[in-house]
Amino acid sequence: MNARKSFGSRPRARILHPVSLTVRRGEILGIVGESGSGKSSLGRALLRLHEPTGGRLSFDGIDITHSGEAALRPFRRRMQMIFQDPQSSLNPRHRIRTILGSGLDLAPQTPGESRSEALARTLAAVGLDSALADRFPHELSGGQRQRVGIARAIATRPEFVLADEIVSGLDVSTQAQVLALLKQLARELSLSLAFISHDLSVIRTLCDRVVVMRAGRIVEARPVADLFDAPRTAYTRQLLDAIPSPVPDPGWLERGPIDRDLAATPAG
Amino acid sequence: MVERALPEAAVMATPLAEPAIARRRFAGLLAVFREPRVVFAGGFLLVLLLAAIFAPLVAPHDPLEQDLMLNTLPPAWSADAEPGYVLGTDSLGRDVLSRLIYGTRVAFTVAIVAALAAGLIGTLLGLLSGYFGGWVDAVVSRLIDIWMAFPPVLLSILLVAVIGTGVTSVILAIVVIDWTRFCRVVRSETLQQAKMEYVDAAVTLGTGRGKILLKEVLPNVLPVVVVLLSLEMGIAVIVEAVLSFVGLSVSSDTPTWGGMIAEGRQIIYQAWWVLVFPLVLLTATVLAFNQLGDGVRRLTDPVLRR
Amino acid sequence: MMVPAPLLAIDGLSARLRAPPHRPLLRSVCLDVREGEVHGLVGESGAGKSTIGKAVLGILPRAIEPCGGTIRLSGTDLLGLSPARLDAVLGTEIALIPQDPMTALNPSRRIFDQLTDGLRLKRRLRGQALRDKAVALLQDVQIPDPEAVLRRYPHEISGGMRQRILIAAAFSLDPKLIIADEPTTALDVTVQKEVLRLIRKMQRSHGTGVVFVTHDLGVVAQVCDRLTVLYGGMVVEQGETAAILAAPSHPYTRALLDATPRHDRTGSGMRPIPPQVAAALQAELARYGMGPGAHV
Repeated sequence: MNARKSFGSRPRARILHPVSLTVRRGEILGIVGESGSGKSSLGRALLRLHEPTGGRLSFDGIDITHSGEAALRPFRRRMQMIFQDPQSSLNPRHRIRTILGSGLDLAPQTPGESRSEALARTLAAVGLDSALADRFPHELSGGQRQRVGIARAIATRPEFVLADEIVSGLDVSTQAQVLALLKQLARELSLSLAFISHDLSVIRTLCDRVVVMRAGRIVEARPVADLFDAPRTAYTRQLLDAIPSPVPDPGWLERGPIDRDLAATPAG
Repeated sequence: MVERALPEAAVMATPLAEPAIARRRFAGLLAVFREPRVVFAGGFLLVLLLAAIFAPLVAPHDPLEQDLMLNTLPPAWSADAEPGYVLGTDSLGRDVLSRLIYGTRVAFTVAIVAALAAGLIGTLLGLLSGYFGGWVDAVVSRLIDIWMAFPPVLLSILLVAVIGTGVTSVILAIVVIDWTRFCRVVRSETLQQAKMEYVDAAVTLGTGRGKILLKEVLPNVLPVVVVLLSLEMGIAVIVEAVLSFVGLSVSSDTPTWGGMIAEGRQIIYQAWWVLVFPLVLLTATVLAFNQLGDGVRRLTDPVLRR
Repeated sequence: MMVPAPLLAIDGLSARLRAPPHRPLLRSVCLDVREGEVHGLVGESGAGKSTIGKAVLGILPRAIEPCGGTIRLSGTDLLGLSPARLDAVLGTEIALIPQDPMTALNPSRRIFDQLTDGLRLKRRLRGQALRDKAVALLQDVQIPDPEAVLRRYPHEISGGMRQRILIAAAFSLDPKLIIADEPTTALDVTVQKEVLRLIRKMQRSHGTGVVFVTHDLGVVAQVCDRLTVLYGGMVVEQGETAAILAAPSHPYTRALLDATPRHDRTGSGMRPIPPQVAAALQAELARYGMGPGAHV
């Protein structure tokens, strides 16, 4: 039933302590943490963008912890990533068709479908007009660029997609569109999705299960409803309590512990 | 299953958000004309280049032809000028204008070949050391450090003195020293590019490292290289002039701007034009190369600065 | 019953891009801030909320020009002031809490120097008096061991602490009005709560009015007494926070609330602005003379 397990550690920089988690087939897993919690590093480890210094990473039951680039190649198509910043994740010198093209190259061919048809279909799946294929990234709006990032990830018809803080800089209305799109695509394409965010509200909206990270460790891993209704650790409770809700609550501001951030430590 | 596009109105729900930018006029190659620096400097250099190529057709006299009866004639607009010698003659009666035109040949040959060669070597090494790091980077960086410790002009004089004079030696001297300029800049640009998320994205597609270097990194490093090339051409012209000034460039028959300046220096009070015209042309050419480089940079930058 | 004159009264403020075709950025904005009130300016990107804040402070970029309306601080129109007179007002009457604590502080200058810039310039404090005041300011914002922190450089302290210092600097000259430009957007959520708590405390003890610019409806709900909702440089809805958020009268405000994800319940966060709301907004914008289509 499951798609991958992962254990990773990086004692040199202490970015990630030994961590275990499983992403099941067809589930949307949220990975949440504040800055410096190691969530991005975990994400990249899941995609084998770096070689973990310890533990084991397996995809669909196959161990890929120490595989070389050649051995990894057949897996690359099956696990993809959507990046946070469309500015730095889309090559400014490539047209949209080139950016999506490399992904489409890897995808299994649909018989009878030409490249331009595949391109148009992929763009349509994320709500973009095929006329945008000839544009450069700087000719598109921020929301459109983010959609191109999503299109690139799904172009290879992956089984697993990692989304790293992809709605963080977006307006709330654009964010709502992107989240709705993501949920829809996950359902249509039977994707397993790992969604990294610092925003618990977004996680509650989108995810089935959630993993809370802090300082390179996993603090709690529960189904979404359980975590939000009955958090088990003090840290999670503190995180939840710190979120301002759009319903005015006169006691909210004064409630809660003193911020430990007051210690004069260098910025993370 | 295909028609899952979101309705346009919902997509454009915040219409005052940044709209898709309309296609600019003068896109593509014609964009060159948007930048006045490129037009004027480029035009000037083009004229010089054509004059150099067609020197035999353009120059009014043989640059080597001496006529001691007609020596140190002033330029055409002065009182004692002779017709036919627009910029005057030097102490051996040779036509200044023709010598300038033929001198352009040496200047441009050196400028183009030396700049391209230094650029090629420097860019290649910069890309490799910036992208692959490790021992390649360690070796190249140490090489650059050592190399740049030598005073450049002195080194080039030394080189030419050892190898012998001639255009090839001059070019070699420039390349051997200036490749480091390209290498350092390209290396730092490559390091930055290597951190970009689209490089990560290419990795997630299983693209090999060599292909990533070529397809993802190089196109973004190229604008810097182009600017450096035009700057380097200006520098090469100056170095050649310095070398020919001290007589270490091509053989003394061939006219060079630096050589003319050296000769003109001797007779500056009797015939100022022999010194001044090559000096002015040299300055204008270097200025033009710099402005061209600046203009090219302005053209390519806006693509990134959105 | 006399209603006291507002501290800040913005009346019909309009602004546009200086270069043709003069895209409008603010369309006849009216809002007022009472003494001691925290007034939220809410909107998405491009709505003009930062532009209003910059207009009040007189720091609009050269590319933007005000083209109508007045900004009255205690009766004086800030837009009509000469640069010299505006300089006198800045810092002492109006101050800014900037958005990004990383870039708002100069990495090459010590905390003490940057914190006391205003005090040295406007109050002409020197020597021991200046040092004592600096320590007192840091104590006010609950920074432990103030003497040590004052000697440090910005990169040697955490983001939350940097923001506290910026808050201390803003309050240092006891201004009547503070513009807080998304002061917690760049912070972790736990740090954000601390900073919000601090701003509220300082604001109450100094009696300062605050214009709180944000895109986050949750922050507005918990911190602001009244709010103004902006879209496309136009005021969409205005009034008491609790009343508006409980029962918004404008469909855009309603749509924003529906699109905001919640941690305490499911059912929101995936509903973008409905097309009919977008269309209605377009119609309202068009009434101001220049619809968004004009700028392409």
